[in-house]
Amino acid sequence: MPMVNIAGKDYEVDEEGYLIDLSQWNEDIAKYMAVEEKVDLTEGHWEVVNFLREYYAEYQIAPAVRVLTKAIGKKLGPDKGNNKYLYELFPYGPAKQACKIAGLPKPTGCI
Amino acid sequence: MAAAEFDIPEIKDYIEVPKLREGAMAHAKTFIAPQAVQDFMGYPHELADNWKESALEKMGDLLGKYRSLKVFLDACVHCGACTDKCHYYLGTSDPKNMPVARQDLMRQVYRRYFTTAGKLFPKLVGAKDLTKDVLDDWYNYYHQCSECRRCSVFCPYGIDTAEITMAGREILNHIGMGQKYSNEILGKVQKIGNNLGLPGPALLDTLEGLEEDIEADTGVAVKMPIDVKGAEVLLVTPSADFFSEPHVESLIGYAKVFHAAGISWTLSTHASEAGNFGLFNGNYETMRKVAMRIRDAALELGVKRIVVGECGHAWRVAYSFWNTLTGIGYGADDPFSIELQKQLDPNYPQPQHICELTNDLIKSGQIKVDPSLNDDLIVTYHDSCNVARASRMGTEPGGQFTIPRELIKSVVNNFHNMADDTIYESTFCCGGGGGLLTDDLMEVRVKGALPRATALNNVVKEHQVNFMATICAICKAQFTKVLPKYGFDMSMVGGVHQLVSKAIKLD
Repeated sequence: MPMVNIAGKDYEVDEEGYLIDLSQWNEDIAKYMAVEEKVDLTEGHWEVVNFLREYYAEYQIAPAVRVLTKAIGKKLGPDKGNNKYLYELFPYGPAKQACKIAGLPKPTGCI
Repeated sequence: MAAAEFDIPEIKDYIEVPKLREGAMAHAKTFIAPQAVQDFMGYPHELADNWKESALEKMGDLLGKYRSLKVFLDACVHCGACTDKCHYYLGTSDPKNMPVARQDLMRQVYRRYFTTAGKLFPKLVGAKDLTKDVLDDWYNYYHQCSECRRCSVFCPYGIDTAEITMAGREILNHIGMGQKYSNEILGKVQKIGNNLGLPGPALLDTLEGLEEDIEADTGVAVKMPIDVKGAEVLLVTPSADFFSEPHVESLIGYAKVFHAAGISWTLSTHASEAGNFGLFNGNYETMRKVAMRIRDAALELGVKRIVVGECGHAWRVAYSFWNTLTGIGYGADDPFSIELQKQLDPNYPQPQHICELTNDLIKSGQIKVDPSLNDDLIVTYHDSCNVARASRMGTEPGGQFTIPRELIKSVVNNFHNMADDTIYESTFCCGGGGGLLTDDLMEVRVKGALPRATALNNVVKEHQVNFMATICAICKAQFTKVLPKYGFDMSMVGGVHQLVSKAIKLD
């Protein structure tokens, strides 16, 4: 598996750049992955990333898209609680791109 | 993701047969399954020194087990009827994506080791040694086939390329070259209950949230029951229906249908997945294990009916294989099969497709719909390959084509079919079926969608179509991802029950 070195620390990632060991996640690796994904991290991005990590800690899976949009809508206002806003933040799709930056495994299946 | 850049094909007025570009897709190689994934599946994760002997032994085993495979390898006369029928060839120009060439990757090896002429005079009969190069071609090109079976419709001998692809993948798995995407999913469905790996508590949380959403939207308390013993219907549906847009809109549609009709129903955490990637892998045992979860859940919950949601290959497995995989055909003296047959209500098809159920309820007046609520939409319908060419629906031949269309037409006022040679049994695959719906095959997926995008573009131009309905989770995920590359909006793709959901009267 490939390794990424940031500030003297090694992180193991899979072929697609997803973090292997979730406990290694920190802001440095999130920022590194965001650059790889060509995403400029703003406060809005961090809200999503943090929610993903909280949800994952409780349920061992990323939240369904509806669950995510609702949570973001509650936090940031109803105009942001929709799929369109999430795609503006994460153009490749919130499920996969946001999970990667949040250090979660890639969701699989017919999605 | 950081995928390699590639050219997006240009949509023309008609689907054109491209000039050959040899090796155009030779670089497209899906990720190999790592050790942990292969261990769980009982396959090696790398080639052993004797990989060639193992591969040939497995091939001999499959030839002995599946008469069809031997017939398909023997029967081809290279007439060429299939050459321009594959969406991957039409989209990529790579001659090895012609169905006959894809088959020949295995046929050349078959001739070399399993026919007298090929053993004695290999050059005369196009026989070839199984080398590492040939093996790599197998891996690359058997993962550029979605097992959609369009080519078989046009083959005068009825050769089913999908079966050859399945055999190819089975042999590859057997010697340590499994595909990461499919095998990872097959692990999750067996360990956790669904392809997504959505554990029970997350599923419950998601369903509760959806109940709140529906009530907020409609004022009606529509439920999403799960693990309810004694419910009449067990609904099995792709786990993408819980997780993704636009899939979830159809799930909401199913719930509204059951609510409006007053049918008690339940989902199951144990069988929270209709999909069965065992089919894609061509491994009967895996397919049976995955299918067994649904039988277990039906017995455990004591349901009288099993209904399958919008999932193409799940419906193929359910309609065509459940009987012999897990049902009475699996062993008529099996006490569980007998129990299940006694339990299920003989007045309904078992299993039944959700489209047939809803269509019957609308026709008999048991649920009411107002199609004008979809008047903002001009709709077309994409026949999903596994439903179209590998199953049926209802009691009449062709029901798998007419029932979804009847249902759509009862809930929308504006409907137009795409061109005749791109629908019904000639339907083009979405480009992401058969285990190819993975980011590492994005180039294959985008290019493979060209024929469908062309047909869609024509009804958009001619009839201002702004919505393409389909009844497969893979089709939905694939189209929302790749159609934007051709300039379409991702929101123009959705499920048939997404349309039902908008039109149904809940009071």
